[in-house]
Formats: sequence, C-alpha cells, structure tokens
Amino acid sequence: MAGKSRISRDEVARIAALARITLGDDELTHLAGQIDGILDAVAVVQEAAGTDVPAMSHPLEISNVTRPDLIRPSLTPEEALSGAPASEESRFRVPQILGEEA
Amino acid sequence: MSELVRKSAAELGTLIAQGELSSREVTQAHLDQIAQTDSAIHAFLHVDVQGALAQADHADKSRGESNSPLHGVPLALKDVLAQKGVPTTCGSKILEGWRPPYDSTVVAKLKDSGIVILGKTNMDEFAMGSSTENSAYGPTRNPWDTNRIPGGSGGGSAAALAAMQAPLAIGTDTGGSIRQPAAVTGTVGVKPTYGGVSRYGLVAFSSSLDQAGPCARNVLDTALLHQVIAGYDPKDATSINAPVPDVVAAAKRADVRGMKIGVVKELSGDGYEKGVADRFAESLAILESQGAEIIEVSCPNFKFALGAYYLIAPSEASSNLARFDAMRYGLRVGDDGARSAEEVMSLTREAGFGPEVKRRIILGTYALSAGYYEAFYGSAQKVRTLITRDFAAAYEKVDVLVSPTTPTVAFKIGEKSDDPVAMYLSDVATIPVNLAGVASMSLPAGLSEGLPVGFQIIAPAMRDDRLYQVGGALERELHAKWNGPLTNQIPDLQVR
Amino acid sequence: MALSYDDVVARYEPSLGLEVHVELNTETKMFCGCATVFGAPPNTQTCPVCLGMPGALPMVNEKAIESTIRIGLALNCAITPKSRFARKNYFYPDMPKNFQISQYDEPICTNGYLDVEVETDEGAKTFRIEIERVHMEEDTGKSLHVGGATGRIHGAEYSLLDYNRAGIPLVEIVTKVVSSTGKYAPEVAKAYVKELRDILRSLGVSDVKMEQGSLRCDANVSLAPIGSGKLGTRSETKNVNSLRSVERAVRGEMIRHAGLLDKGERVVQETRHFQEDTGATRSGRSKEQAEDYRYFPEPDLTPVAPDATWIEKLRSELPEKPSVRRARLQALWQVPDKEMAAMVNAGAVDLVEETVALGADPTKARGWWLGEISRLANEAEVELSSVSISPKEVARIVELIGAGELTDKLARQVVAAVIAGEGDPDSVIAAKGIKVVSDESSLIAAIEKAIADQPETAEKVRNGHLPAAGALIGAVMKETKGQADAARVRELLLGQLGQA
Ligand SMILES: [Mg+2]
Ligand SMILES: [Zn+2]
Repeated sequence: MAGKSRISRDEVARIAALARITLGDDELTHLAGQIDGILDAVAVVQEAAGTDVPAMSHPLEISNVTRPDLIRPSLTPEEALSGAPASEESRFRVPQILGEEA
Repeated sequence: MSELVRKSAAELGTLIAQGELSSREVTQAHLDQIAQTDSAIHAFLHVDVQGALAQADHADKSRGESNSPLHGVPLALKDVLAQKGVPTTCGSKILEGWRPPYDSTVVAKLKDSGIVILGKTNMDEFAMGSSTENSAYGPTRNPWDTNRIPGGSGGGSAAALAAMQAPLAIGTDTGGSIRQPAAVTGTVGVKPTYGGVSRYGLVAFSSSLDQAGPCARNVLDTALLHQVIAGYDPKDATSINAPVPDVVAAAKRADVRGMKIGVVKELSGDGYEKGVADRFAESLAILESQGAEIIEVSCPNFKFALGAYYLIAPSEASSNLARFDAMRYGLRVGDDGARSAEEVMSLTREAGFGPEVKRRIILGTYALSAGYYEAFYGSAQKVRTLITRDFAAAYEKVDVLVSPTTPTVAFKIGEKSDDPVAMYLSDVATIPVNLAGVASMSLPAGLSEGLPVGFQIIAPAMRDDRLYQVGGALERELHAKWNGPLTNQIPDLQVR
Repeated sequence: MALSYDDVVARYEPSLGLEVHVELNTETKMFCGCATVFGAPPNTQTCPVCLGMPGALPMVNEKAIESTIRIGLALNCAITPKSRFARKNYFYPDMPKNFQISQYDEPICTNGYLDVEVETDEGAKTFRIEIERVHMEEDTGKSLHVGGATGRIHGAEYSLLDYNRAGIPLVEIVTKVVSSTGKYAPEVAKAYVKELRDILRSLGVSDVKMEQGSLRCDANVSLAPIGSGKLGTRSETKNVNSLRSVERAVRGEMIRHAGLLDKGERVVQETRHFQEDTGATRSGRSKEQAEDYRYFPEPDLTPVAPDATWIEKLRSELPEKPSVRRARLQALWQVPDKEMAAMVNAGAVDLVEETVALGADPTKARGWWLGEISRLANEAEVELSSVSISPKEVARIVELIGAGELTDKLARQVVAAVIAGEGDPDSVIAAKGIKVVSDESSLIAAIEKAIADQPETAEKVRNGHLPAAGALIGAVMKETKGQADAARVRELLLGQLGQA
C-alpha cells in the first residue's frame, strides 16, 4: 500500500487533458494522491484477472433490439437550440475549432 | 388538516378518487410543507409551484377518467430525470439553467397516471456520492438530525419523504443511491431489476448500472409507484420486453410462509455497527416467526464488488459525461472570442464539475486508456461475471437474499467529504446488486441511537414482486410495533 | 526537381490501405427517427438523441443493419454471429456526445474481398483487394467556419454547427494492406473505389455521391524499397472527393514519400488533406502520439446477432454483381471492349440498359447517352445520371427517329429542350412545332431555289464534283429551318443535278 504509487502526477495530468479538464497545480497534486489511493483500493479486481472467466459488460443478455426505419418528428430548430450558450442562423455558435479540418 | 402530509400515498389517492380531497388541496399542503421545512432540509433544487398546481387542477378535472390509484397524488422527482421545460441540473453547475425540450419516459408515465410533480430534488452531482454533499447547490440535511447526511446520491428524494414534503419520490440507483438514502432516512426505496424501468431521459452516470426506482414511506406506496413507472419502453434498447411482476398484489399479500430467505454471510461482521446488526437480527427473527426459513448463504466474490464498481461506473461515466462540453447546452466558461473551442471545453469542465465528478472522470478515463484497460476495466468485467454467478448459485437455494442496507447509520455532514475511499464503503452492501442487475429494496428496520437502520432484500431479476412480498410482511409487524411508519417518530419535525 | 513517377516506381514498392465511409440512404438516422434529407435547413433534422442531450438513448435502425449485412455479403465477407457496438471516445464539437458509436473488436462483417480489373501494359489484369472489415457507425455534424478567409478552419473566428448530418448511418469498409500492385497502385485504388461504388449502387443502399460526401475515401499510402519486404510509414489522406482524386492522391503521396525517403528523411505518420485545386496533400493532425480512443462496449445498446435464416434470405436477394452484369450486357449488346469501357466510365450502363428495355436499339441508345447527352452533362459539369432526361424519354426519341418523325438534328433539339425542363419529347415537339418536312413539293421548291441562288456550285455538282453539294444542302436545310431530312434532301438534289 504505502510507498510506490500506482499513478504519477504527470500521468494524472495527461489523463486530465485527455478528459478535457483543466487542472490547477494544487488541484492536480491533491487529485493525484486521491486517485492513487482509489486505485490501491480497486486493484483487488486484478485477483480475478487471471481466471478464464468471461468479461461481462452488461447485466442483460438480450440481443437484436432495433427499431423500424420510420421517421419520427424532430425537434424544431428553436427547441434544439433552446439551451445553446450561443447560436446564429439556426446553428450552434461555438468558439473557433482548432485541430483537424472538418 | 395539519396531518394531511403524514398520510400515505395510497390513502391520499383513495381520498382524491372518492372526492373527499382535491389534488389541489393535497398538492398545496405539500407545497406549504416544503415552504415551511426546506430551508432547514434543502431537499429541493427547484420547486415547481405553478406547474404542480396546474397539474393538480388538471388531475382534479380528469378524476373521473382515471383508474390510477395515485391519480392526483404529489411526488418529488430526483433532478437527474428530464422533465420538459423544468430545470434539470443533476446537482451540477455545468447544467445550470438547462430546461430539457423533452420528457423522460418515467416522467411521461407519471404524468399519464395523473401524478403531480412538485419539483426536482437535490442529489450528489451526477449521482456520484453517498451523502448528497457533492451537490453543487449545497447539501441536503437528514430530517432525523440536520447535522447528518440523508444518504446519497438521492438524499433529496429520501429527505423529502421523511420531512413529509411528498408522499412519493423517484430516485435512481447506480450503486445504492435509492437504497442507502432510504436506509438512513427511515424510508422505503426500491432499485428495480435492471431494464425494468426505462432509462430514457435519465441523465446517465453509468449506463449498465443505472436504474430509476420508486421511493415512499411504506411498502404499498412504493409498489403502487413501481407499477406506474415500470415496463417496456421502445426508446430504451436495454428495457426488458416482458410483463412487470405484480408488485402491488405482492405488497398486499405480504406473506412469507414457506419462503427461503438467505442471509449473505459476506455482508455482515467487520464494519457493520452493532445497532445495525441488532436491528437486522430482530428483523430476521420477525420473518422467521412469520414462517420463513432463514438460511446462511455465501457469496465469496462480493469482496471484489466495490473495486469492480469503482472501475466500471467511473469508466462509463467518463464517456457519458463527455457531452458536457459547453457547445450545445449548459455552462460555457472562458469564451472571450480568442480562445478555441478546445480551451473553452476544458475551462468549462474545470469550472462546471465538482471534485468528486472530476475524480471519477479521471479515474474512468485512466481505467479505459490504452495499456490499462485489461488490468482495470477488463478485470472489473470479469468480477461482474463472478458476482452474477454468486447470485445465481444463491438463488438455487433461496428465494431472496437479505442484509443490512448500510454498515452504519447516517454519518455527520463533512465527516467523510475528503476521504473518497471511506465514503465509497457506505455502498458495500448495495453495489453487488447493481453489478448483477438484480432487484433490491431497502426498508426501515428500526432505530440505532435514534437514527434509522435499513434492511435490504435482494430478489432475482424480474422477481421484483418478492421484494414487496417480504418487505410487506416485515413492515406489517414493524408498523404494528411502531404504531405507524418509522418516519412518524422523527423528532422536532415541523408539520403544519 | 520533382521526381518522375516512373523513377519512383522503379525503386519503391507501394502499399495501400483504403477506408471507405458510406452514408446509407435509410429514411432515418442510425439511432433515432430523424429524417436524413440532404440539404435540409440547419438543425431541422435533430432530436435529443442525435443532439446528444442528457438522458437521451440510442435505438438501432434495423434497416441500417440489413444494409450493412448486404454490403458485407456482396463483398464476400463472413457475417459475425454476435457483433457489438462500441464507443470511440474523443472530443470534437461536431460530435454531440463526444463519442462516436461505432464497432471495434466485434465488427458485423469481416474477411471479404473484391476483385478489380485494371488495364496494364500486359492487358487487363485482375487485382484481388482483401477486405478486413465492414462496420456500422454514425456520422458527425457539419461545421461552418466563420470569419476566416475561405471558410477553412484556420483563421476562423468562430464556427457554426448544424447537426442534421449527426447520426446518419455510416458503414466503414476497410481493406487489408494492398500490396503487389507496383506502379498500378493509383489505378488499383481508383478501380477499387469505383467497383465498390458500383456494388453499393447496385445494392441500392447508398446514394454513393462522392461530391455530396455520401461516399468518402481515406487513402493510406506507404512506400518501401523494392525487395525490402518491409512496410514503410504510412500517411492517411482524407478529403478525397472524386474517383479521379483517389488516383491523384495515391500517385501524389507516392511521389512525396519517395522524395522524403530519397533525402534520407522520415515519412511522418499523419493525417493529410487532399486539395482538389492543386492535387497535393496538406498536413493535418500528426498521429505520432496515437489517439487514445478508449473504446469500450456501448452499454446503451444490445449485441447484433443476425440469425442464419435472415442472412441467407438477404444473400439470396443480392443483385447480380456489377462485373458479371457488365460482361453479360456486353455480350448481349455486342459492344466492343473499348466502347463498353467508355460506357462504364460514363456511368451509362444502367441508363442504356433501361433505355433498351423500353424498346430502343442498343447501339442507338448507347449513341445518345454517350454522345449528345454526355456532351450536355459535361457542359453542365454534372454526372450523366443527374442529367434530367430519363431512359423513357430517350427511348421515345429513338422511336421517333426510327419512325422518320425526327431527324438526328431535330432530335438533338428535343434532347436539349427535355433537359432544360421544357417537358417530355412529345410535348416539346408539339410546343415547338417541330416536324420533319416531308412534303416533297416544298422540298423541291427549296432545292430549285438553292440551285438558282448558287448556279456555279450547282454546275460543279453537275460536273461530278459531289462534295460541293454540301453548300446546296445547307441552303435547303436553312430554308426549311432544319426540319427537312438531310438524307432525303441530298437524294432529291443529286437527282435534280443528274447525279443520282
Ligand atoms: Mg470510422
Ligand atoms: Zn435525431
């Protein structure tokens, strides 16, 4: 338990960036310690890892739940945009998008 | 009149149906009770006074056309379910001001049966927590002792019931968020079989675990509400397309003669307070005296449940909560015209999410990320199989399983706020249920040093009726002993 | 000094990987009941589900599953007994949930192939393209970048998002590594996309319009020195919006990679964008730090487990393969290879077939579609299939010519008018009063007038210089406003001048 930590502060910073959460220095340090503690507590699941038990991702075993290809009413653009922080010409207005060209 | 708010939902429904009371009177009485008590309790994030009265008037007008036993009865709705046009925040700043343009299926069903929605109740942010202290809008207080937590995440709904602000409430349960609040407030809460109640419009925390369920102050009211909200929904691919078990009949039958009741060995002992263990033992004795056979059952893999849960739930949450990004709805922070969308997303998520939500998103992102997936998420999924097998093996021997709902009574506000692992232990007995998708109820078993203790019943999937059958039997004897519901014993509760 | 392509392929061996995204032409989106009409006003085809609103849940479109299975069967794939959806997690504003519902390790179709034919120095050669997987996913919304110079992302002040396209069913078809194409890599790539497009069109599962984005191709290209037996570092070119661009992009990337390798530089593994105007690619986001998509099984959806009966029913209903059909029609119509290839290239096979089915002679039908109608399509810069004249109308025109009621020249006028939207052939003819002048007395009068007007020309013809007749025939046609049958005019004229 004590001693070697399971996750470094840098790793927490990388993960936070992946999750699009800006973290201040203090918050990062505090959180890194807590995440480390939680990982220690949950690592118990690895005792089950070696077994040849199948993975279960869902409690239900049903398949093939689908709907017919029939049009249902959409929202009006006003309803669609009703919660938007900003909109223009019936579109959601967002800050400039960096990264890849759409 | 002053005692109107102590009445059960079934009674109110009958009186309204008979024209003895109007839904408007009943609704107004509960709105008054909220007005009078909620500054101390803070069960509600939004009280929809106008909307509730309009629904009540409508219920009064359409009384003759309804055969719903809850027609005109008011209800408190956990703020994690979308209700068209009514603020829905999930206890988070990031959704402040958002009014959904649609109704969740649960809300649509409530409206269809003439139930009046009083407002939205407080909760741990995005249902992550066991104390309602993680609400961005301040904690809810336990009506039994306002220095204590009402449980979480559905502390608002449970506290509203206990404080007589509503006879019915809707909660959601991902790892115990209906049952643990029910236990620590002396109320009844049911997590139905996974897929028994539609998740459409329930703001997802962990999709494979989340389930909305009924809450009330007694077993029959809970069953009546269960009947309203349960059933197949073509909008939810994970909704079970099969008849809902007759929970109301089971609650009324309330007969455990010949039933085999299994006591889960692993959900006792270390960490369970003496008062909790004592009330549990007394309840078992009652059930035995009523003709049930009590058998000890071992579920050896339950020891992995907490670990599996705190990997699976955060993993799914990290993905479910990615949509809160300041682009289409909710909070937007830092849009000064110069910053990019990416920067605004990150700043908004930093400002809009509280510490527990950030912790879980980061934990879940990590558990799913390249190189760690197998060790964490993958292993947790295997544990899920093992736990499901434990349940299956147990149900070969018994009809239901039982345990204390929580290891302790309500703790003090602030006591565990910065110790996530200690907080997570509150749900040690409730979590296995969600991992396997089975059905479970918590109902009051009495008091320990003046605070409520919960008794948990766990039934196989799609046998939710057994919860009511056993719960109803136990409750009958306990209510006789207490002279009514446990919540009538709350000290200093102001009732108009 | 840019390398020549011949120089590149003399020393390097290319490997390709092609990822094609196809928008299905279902009535509704992949996971909700919103309509999918192309070009609808912004955000009119959206709902809580496709806007990723809190609480909304997806529900799979059954038709989309069926279309995907049909694609898989047509590409000779195995259909997975139980496949699952997975979430692909990454943040991008055009993706409402910030994850895409896709398929990951359990795609619905795997291990297929498609044979394509390419003209080589040694004649036509068949290349087998192996298909790794075919899977289902959902499309993203569209962003409009405002304030930048050209609507491009860089330098934009802000963006406007329309989610009408978000959630439209997409099928992604991924090849295995395509090697051993040598210098024909660009042609093979183009032939693959084209053959795939024809198959998808014959299945009726997609509009397959590259220019509208309903069929999109990403081309992965890498080079390795010939004989090295290794795979080089690849680049992935997106935005390849036409068949011609597929070929250009692959060739361009081969030349660019060779230039880097020759200089001892490294090829960067990255996404590049094809630029239609220059034919070059431009660097996009570097993928050296591989994206961490954190795939996991989609908990809101159940597995797709098509039963064998359903699959066999779908298999039995598959249309004839385009390549088989082409061979059959070529034999039936007795078309030379080159002409058949021209018809295929122009996308005229279906049109000619339908026209023939309506009674037209195959050679005549082909003549019209590949001749005048193709010319008008080129002029208007649209595909032949988008020109607004139907096989039925073409068949009618051919019929009228056969009956002597239209001359070729008059028929061209009718075709132009039909395409211009002036009505069907019969109403155009009625409205314009078009008719072949068959009253020979008036023709003879016109001929006599022409002879009188141009006595010297007439004399030349009388003396046996037949090419001079053209000028006289022209004058007659002018006199009769083009409504005379030129062949008959010639006959009568030569008779008058003693040359019959
Ligand atoms: Mg894809
Ligand atoms: Zn939609």
